[in-house]
Amino acid sequence: MRHRKSGVKLNRTSSHRSAMFRNMVTSLFKFDRIKTTDPKAKELRRWADQLITLAKRGDLHARRQAMAIIREKSVVHKLFNDAQQRFGSKAGGYTRLVKIGLRKGDAATLTLVELTGEPVESKKEDKKAVKADKADKKAKKTEE
Amino acid sequence: MAVPKHKVSKSRRDKRRTHQKTGAPSVGTCPECGEAKLPHFACPECGVYKGRNVTEVSE
Repeated sequence: MRHRKSGVKLNRTSSHRSAMFRNMVTSLFKFDRIKTTDPKAKELRRWADQLITLAKRGDLHARRQAMAIIREKSVVHKLFNDAQQRFGSKAGGYTRLVKIGLRKGDAATLTLVELTGEPVESKKEDKKAVKADKADKKAKKTEE
Repeated sequence: MAVPKHKVSKSRRDKRRTHQKTGAPSVGTCPECGEAKLPHFACPECGVYKGRNVTEVSE
């Protein structure tokens, strides 16, 4: 029985799946809209909604919880700065899916995932974002 | 256990399978440009879905 078993497996191990969705949700918040296959897009909504809820809460603990999922510090900063203005008036429905066609190689349905709400105009190079970007780059360098 | 008495001939097997066929895909027309498009998909020609153009970044 699949009672109370939500979510999809997508033929991946648990670690593969969570790594993939972490990458995808990072990209989604970074670029506002991403193209992917339909089942992945549908599952990605859960991740995005969860993170936006955290961002709307906006406290330090929420920020740390978001940092544990999103891979880039600057993306977390942007999300937390914009969330209240962009999604404050809504309770859910933060993403929009539009099917855009079938992929040539395997006829998979491709879907566009977008964040709803007007994108917040960022003040020219937010100081914190720049700082976080630098920190990201530094962290990458040290990893290498 | 019940077992078939006779082998099913190729003819009989194939006749049974004549009803297994795929239908034509349901295709609608785009309300914007009139091109053929799949239902619940953005139009492949003009990129409009529910009055929004999805191929361009919306402002």
